[in-house]
Amino acid sequence: MPRTLWDSTVGKKTVMAVSGLIMLSYLVVHMMGNLKIFFGAGQFDSYAHWLRTIGEPFLHYEWALWLIRVVLVAAVVGHAVAAYQLSRRDIRARPGGYVHKRARASYATRTMRWGGIILALFIVWHILDLTTGTVHSGFRPGHPYQNVVDTFSTWYGNTIYIVAMAALALHVQHGFWSAAQTLGVGNATRDRLLKTLANVLAVLLFAGFVSVPVAVMTGVVS
Amino acid sequence: MTSYTDYTAGEPVVDGRAPQGPIAERWDTRRFEAKLVNPANRRKHTVIVVGTGLAGGSAGATLAEQGYHVVQFCFQDSPRRAHSIAAQGGINAAKNYRNDGDSVHRLFYDTVKGGDFRARESNVHRLAQISVEIIDQCVAQGVPFAREYGGLLDTRSFGGVQVSRTFYARGQTGQQLLLGAYQALSRQIAAGNVELHARTEMLDLIVVDGKARGIVARDLVTGRIDTYFADAVVLASGGYGNVFYLSTNAMNSNATAIWRAHRRGAYFANPCFTQIHPTCIPRTGEHQSKLTLMSESLRNDGRIWVPKAKGDTRPAAEIPEDERDYYLERIYPAFGNLVPRDIASRAAKNVCDEGRGVGPGGQGVYLDFADAIARMGRAAVEAKYGNLFDMYARITAEDPYATPMRIYPAVHYTMGGLWVDYDLQTTVPGLFAIGEANFSDHGANRLGASALMQGLADGYFVLPATINDYLARNPHQEPVTAAHPAVAEAVAETEDRLNLLLAVDGDRTPDSFHREIGELMWEYCGMARTESGLRKALDRIPQIREEFWRRIKVPGSGEEFNQSLEKANRVVDYLELAELMCLDALHRAESCGGHFREESQTPQGEAERRDEEFSYAAAWQFTGTGTAPVLHKEDLVFEYVHPTQRSYA
Amino acid sequence: MKLTLRVWRQKNADSPGAMATYEVDDISADMSFLEMLDTLNEELTLRGEEPVAFDHDCREGICGACSLVINGDAHGPERTTTCQLHMRSFSDGDTIDVEPWRASAFPVVKDLVVDRSSFDRIIQAGGYISVPTGAAPEAHATPVPKPDADVAFEHAECIGCGACVAACPNGSAMLFTSAKVNHLNVLPQGAPERETRVLDMVGQMDDEGFGGCTLTGECATACPKGIPLPSIAAMNKEWLRATRKARKVGR
Repeated sequence: MPRTLWDSTVGKKTVMAVSGLIMLSYLVVHMMGNLKIFFGAGQFDSYAHWLRTIGEPFLHYEWALWLIRVVLVAAVVGHAVAAYQLSRRDIRARPGGYVHKRARASYATRTMRWGGIILALFIVWHILDLTTGTVHSGFRPGHPYQNVVDTFSTWYGNTIYIVAMAALALHVQHGFWSAAQTLGVGNATRDRLLKTLANVLAVLLFAGFVSVPVAVMTGVVS
Repeated sequence: MTSYTDYTAGEPVVDGRAPQGPIAERWDTRRFEAKLVNPANRRKHTVIVVGTGLAGGSAGATLAEQGYHVVQFCFQDSPRRAHSIAAQGGINAAKNYRNDGDSVHRLFYDTVKGGDFRARESNVHRLAQISVEIIDQCVAQGVPFAREYGGLLDTRSFGGVQVSRTFYARGQTGQQLLLGAYQALSRQIAAGNVELHARTEMLDLIVVDGKARGIVARDLVTGRIDTYFADAVVLASGGYGNVFYLSTNAMNSNATAIWRAHRRGAYFANPCFTQIHPTCIPRTGEHQSKLTLMSESLRNDGRIWVPKAKGDTRPAAEIPEDERDYYLERIYPAFGNLVPRDIASRAAKNVCDEGRGVGPGGQGVYLDFADAIARMGRAAVEAKYGNLFDMYARITAEDPYATPMRIYPAVHYTMGGLWVDYDLQTTVPGLFAIGEANFSDHGANRLGASALMQGLADGYFVLPATINDYLARNPHQEPVTAAHPAVAEAVAETEDRLNLLLAVDGDRTPDSFHREIGELMWEYCGMARTESGLRKALDRIPQIREEFWRRIKVPGSGEEFNQSLEKANRVVDYLELAELMCLDALHRAESCGGHFREESQTPQGEAERRDEEFSYAAAWQFTGTGTAPVLHKEDLVFEYVHPTQRSYA
Repeated sequence: MKLTLRVWRQKNADSPGAMATYEVDDISADMSFLEMLDTLNEELTLRGEEPVAFDHDCREGICGACSLVINGDAHGPERTTTCQLHMRSFSDGDTIDVEPWRASAFPVVKDLVVDRSSFDRIIQAGGYISVPTGAAPEAHATPVPKPDADVAFEHAECIGCGACVAACPNGSAMLFTSAKVNHLNVLPQGAPERETRVLDMVGQMDDEGFGGCTLTGECATACPKGIPLPSIAAMNKEWLRATRKARKVGR
């Protein structure tokens, strides 16, 4: 069955749908966790610490977190490789375009590939910035609240983040509905519901994530 | 030189295969008497099938299932596009699911009578018997026939028949049946049992030692002329209605396969029997390339009329009720708008000839739904005919709910074709003709929803049973090679013809000649025919032919995809076939079915058959282009359905 | 009306093509688009030039032969086949671009004619019910619920024209393939081959070099027969179901 899946365009789409949904559920949790920032540094930092202690004493320190990270990396890699291979295939299947050009499909649909690339680059920056601190001058491990406030106190930090979240919203808007089609959940009667759900998810994720830099910029969080 | 019209009468042609005995047992008898080919030996036999419509597709698939090696051809890019796909109405079968008194015998009776007693009883009875199996086969293939809420098949009555025996798939029955046959054929292609050549057109028949042994065909993409050899050849290439230029046939439907077979010795039977369908959308101008049929079912609720006054150009809405002539209701009070196709068509022509036609050029009559909408409500009319009204609106840009539709008759089907015996074998041994390509079971007029039935009966059930007999009796035929003189001759003739077409470099297009011959045929060999008109046409056709070979212009070369060359080559054959059609129409001085000779009508103006003189099928033998053919008569004997004069008044 | 046509001309599969410009005059609004091209071709023939090659046959919107991209739209601005598109959809003085279907799996044969035999091979891979002639049970032996019969019909309406592929930015044949899979898989007669059918047809579709589906919906918008986009989801569902079952039966 794995071979059947990976050898087929429909199978690769399935991989993308499942991995996308894994990442999407992670993002929903992540976004809700982020909102803890509004309850102050103490709450936020201890939440961040708790993440490392999930499952204790059955699991050791950070094991759960690493488990999640492994799953996420697998999802990202699966999603990206499948996307890359499918895109190559799609471009081969339609080498030359039409002489007479016209706008096709919705904006969200047309930006899936570029949006995906933007998101991949963002994730790299985001990890280097707020997880490892590699590109973050004055990064203080164990003090995420301060690190977040630092990042969103720079114009480029805000710009990168908000642009990426806009890309995320568009990606989720088409991606969620698209995943439903790929997994065969979509049908004519359910279509409106799925589209609404996709829009709601996109808006909630965007609003939730962007509320943090906005709060820092406006001084609500400092 | 003798004139073309000085035909001679040859030996009568006899159907030597039809068994005797009670009619209901003849098909069983024949199947039992037919020799069989050992299943293990079947793969050693190659059968060529030309065409992939209902008849060809079903025959190719079935022969391959039986174990024969099938080599099949279609000029379209895919076998799924054969013109059977355009049939709208439905397919008849004597299932009697409605318990309304239908039976095999009634379908047989209706078909013989509907054909105006010019069909062979044995064949028609077999057709009615097989009709039942066709539905079973198609349902099992996944053909999505209309169903009722209980999950069972729905049927409707069609073409003025009193029982409800027509199975249908909305207005796309032909499409759905063809896709069923195409799917079965596709399965055999995948299995390697059918070798399909798409975009390949048969241009000649190869006859070796008196037997059909192959074809010459042109690859339409590369222009290559190739030969293909087989133990038997089956023509399923459809009818020849396109000789009229404007018809409901597809643009590329043509007569070349059957005409070339005729030139190689196959008799052509009843060429003048053409069916003109009364409800087509009228032409809009010189540019018109084809005509579109509107389902006959519209006449169930629409009322046909023209203005009483000649040259009345007022819009329909401004013509008061008492200035309208509902001529079918007036002339045929019993049947009204539901008279058979030929009668409705002729009546429309008559009122237009009187100058009372409507629309551009006065070539149209109104089909008015105002009363139906008032009686049933717009919603009900929409539910019943919505898709047809939409189609009409798309083509004409007129709203048929607000203004009456305009309709006019158009050539639709050809009952004539290659003469075949009960085994569907032509007069060339090893050459079979099925579907519309043969002169078939419809006599002088085909009933609605019977073309699909006949195509599938021939392809799925009749031919696969009868061809065994031929192959079993000719088990070890000498292999034919390209070096055989007969093959070389056929190839050379084909190449010469194409080269000549390319070489003339004249100043007229193939279409202009096609239109000219078509208009001539419509005028003189169309809905109503007269001796003087037919003679005029017969004088004119050789002149057009001569002009054609002087003035034809075909750009490009023969070694490439060249649609002008394809077209020009088809017109060559129309220019010969047209002549035979006119001669057949001239010689048949009676009226019958779709063939109306003005000299032979009842005092009421109806078609008058003359059974004492013309109760036969006219099978013509080719003797050369423009030279008088030989007429072979097949006498028709009616043991079960006794000829009566049709009356619809 | 008078029109300027820019038409893709390409001698054969191996030659490069380019747009060529032609003027046509005296075009009637009642002409179909193909009759307008007939007019052009008559003029070209008389001028000794090669007429524009294009596929067409029934001209009633059912055979699926006609296949033109007109001003960037498969079958042009109306939701119908090219043969049923009339010139009243255009205005005097318009410039109209006419191109062939574009997809690797539909190589150009000449001018506006493409090779769609890949569609036939998808059907050959499993788009049928295996029932040899004569082996069919009585038609009423298996009633089919009307809703199922209607779904089957809705999908069976596909004419195999390829507009879905032409319109798809990925050159994907998912809508075409799903139409046949759904037509046959929803019927009880199609049940025995339900799994192999979808797996084999999707496999063949991939082998032919069609692109994958990104659910842009362009195919369903272009489809002259209105095969709906959810057909694709329904086929995906069939495919996943078949993949799970295929493991069990060791296929």
